[in-house]
Amino acid sequence: MKDLQSIADSLGLTPLCGDLGKEVTGCYAGDLLSWVMSHAQYGDVWVTIMSNINVVAVASLTECACVIMAEGVMPDSEVLKVAKEKDITLFSDPRSTYELCCLVGKQLSENE
Amino acid sequence: MLEDVVRFTFNVDGEDFSSAGAASVQVKKHLRQMGFSPEIIRRVAIAMYEGEINMVIHADGGVATVEVTDDSIVMILEDKGPGIPDVALAMQEGFSTAKENIRSLGFGAGMGLPNMKKYSDSMKIETEVGKGTTIIMTVNV
Repeated sequence: MKDLQSIADSLGLTPLCGDLGKEVTGCYAGDLLSWVMSHAQYGDVWVTIMSNINVVAVASLTECACVIMAEGVMPDSEVLKVAKEKDITLFSDPRSTYELCCLVGKQLSENE
Repeated sequence: MLEDVVRFTFNVDGEDFSSAGAASVQVKKHLRQMGFSPEIIRRVAIAMYEGEINMVIHADGGVATVEVTDDSIVMILEDKGPGIPDVALAMQEGFSTAKENIRSLGFGAGMGLPNMKKYSDSMKIETEVGKGTTIIMTVNV
């Protein structure tokens, strides 16, 4: 387990919205929202290239620790607004899903 | 102890894809306040969300009712959509009739109905082509 703040710091991530006081227990990558719904776990960092409003609903329902939008994907202002309301922590980063998952995985394993 | 049945009803707006999931989030909030375990809440939320999304994608919305008792949480999803011509086929993982624009949003993976079955203890589908579909899902507490 690691706190989101230290993961964000080590990856050089600045949140678009949401707080960093959450605990991270795992990492999940996926773009098919139904699949993510049924497989992402509480406390996961969810890495995706999707940025539509339904991402916020899935993040809220799965209670993942945060969403990282990979490959430089940016949410629009409406998505950001709803994410803020629902206290979802969002990041956007130019790195690929693979790179981001590797880095998060490294952080999580260092802690063990 | 719940005295009787606590019932929540939601109109699922078929026009508004962006608000899909609103009912599931509300149900989740209510169940948490009522003190249900996280695992029960998670199962209900997933099943309900998939059902809600299906109503928006395929049926132009509908009505979702959730009945909570001491023993179970029952979700009743009613729509006046096109109905499901072949339920066995629709239940197969990966089968989907969703259009490309829906797929580009991250849906249409053919996981909706299978997930609803997987996360509920029982699921009943009543459907008639051209009339609509009612799905009743029960999660035992």
